[in-house]
Amino acid sequence: MGGEASKAISKEELWGGGQSPFSVSYGKMMMWYFLVSDALTFGGLLTAYGFVRASSEDAWPIGEQVFRALPGLDGQYPLIYVALMTFILIVSSVTMVLAVEAGHRNDKSGVVRWMALTIIGGIFFLGSQAWEWSHFIHGSGGSFILAENVSVTSDDGQVFDLTKGDAVYMDHHFGHLAEPWLEGAPNVSLVDSDHGVKLVEIGEHSHEAELHALTLNKYVENESHVSGDQAMKLWNARSASFAFGANMHDNEYGIQQAYANFFFFITGFHGFHVFSGVVINIIIFIMAIQGVFERRKHYEMVEKVGLYWHFVDLVWVFVFTFFYLV
Amino acid sequence: MERDDLIVNDSYSLNAHHSEEEGVKIRKNIWKVTLILTILTTVEVFMGVYFKRSETFTWSMIKWTFIVLTLVKAAYIVLVFMHLGDERSNLKKVVLAPYMLFIGYLLFIAISEGFGHLMSFSTFH
Repeated sequence: MGGEASKAISKEELWGGGQSPFSVSYGKMMMWYFLVSDALTFGGLLTAYGFVRASSEDAWPIGEQVFRALPGLDGQYPLIYVALMTFILIVSSVTMVLAVEAGHRNDKSGVVRWMALTIIGGIFFLGSQAWEWSHFIHGSGGSFILAENVSVTSDDGQVFDLTKGDAVYMDHHFGHLAEPWLEGAPNVSLVDSDHGVKLVEIGEHSHEAELHALTLNKYVENESHVSGDQAMKLWNARSASFAFGANMHDNEYGIQQAYANFFFFITGFHGFHVFSGVVINIIIFIMAIQGVFERRKHYEMVEKVGLYWHFVDLVWVFVFTFFYLV
Repeated sequence: MERDDLIVNDSYSLNAHHSEEEGVKIRKNIWKVTLILTILTTVEVFMGVYFKRSETFTWSMIKWTFIVLTLVKAAYIVLVFMHLGDERSNLKKVVLAPYMLFIGYLLFIAISEGFGHLMSFSTFH
């Protein structure tokens, strides 16, 4: 008879009306609905980012200039670390889809193995993000704002007419000592030497940093270095406004605080999703080991958390493009 | 007309099992998509490092390339990894249509109003 389901499905599995219009279980469909609403949240955040950036009259920091450090290495590796994070998350998405595939074959050991790898990938991503945040918060040298107009020649011969309010960047050796010096630490002092100034720290970890060169336009376009007496001119024109790294009040990367705030909020919100995903994955992993799904005769729970995990990867694909690349 | 609201065979999601041989095929597809996603990401990173941003036509084309590559990646993740491509078409529409509608509209007004704000700022200040 037309209009009758040819296969009997128990009432507990079906919806209240005894039918399933999308041919998916209630739980799976609700996971999709949750993901749609969560995607709208992230979409709203990235749209807000786009709005603030489009309406900003100051230059906006560039991803490959801000994010170019690797743990434990000196030198510049633009975007390599973020690319690595992206790759880790994509790979953990792949191991997740392999776990789902194993579940469809009722292959318990396969599910357990691939779930374990997914969890490890998620933890690696979280660790990478922690380092990224730490680096962003500590910064790479800091900046100060000019108190007066000054004209300098850079090392490659370009002449810059800088105005009051422009930012100048220090290297990380000098900035590292400039921060305690500004805070009035008794063991750090400023010394005038023959060819410039240096900061000297005395005490247990005594060392010194000389003002070799300052950098212009570090995060907003191709940077230019200024050294020698030209750097001294910039140093002498400094105001009391210094910024080291980033926090909720100021940041060295751009004139706009919105840049740091969006970084914290968007990557933080995403990181929290990854964290929740790892916790949920661990729960499902343990349930799989205990044979809960084997007794149920289906592994749809793995599929449902898989949907969430892929979604987290999907969001990162967009964050990567709009925060780091464009 | 075929009724859409009834389960006529084994297509109900809880019964979505497949055999060992089908599994081999599915896994092959998964690795193929992995390769595609990796290549696209690598291309994006190289483009991001190589091209310097500026107010030129070239840069705006590169920006659009990034966006298109991202949408291609997103499509692979949603349709293959999340299996939305294998779901019934009404579920596909329920998930994708509202999102595209709202975000497309929101992006359009936010970005164009953002530029408008900037223009009026630079005109009147």
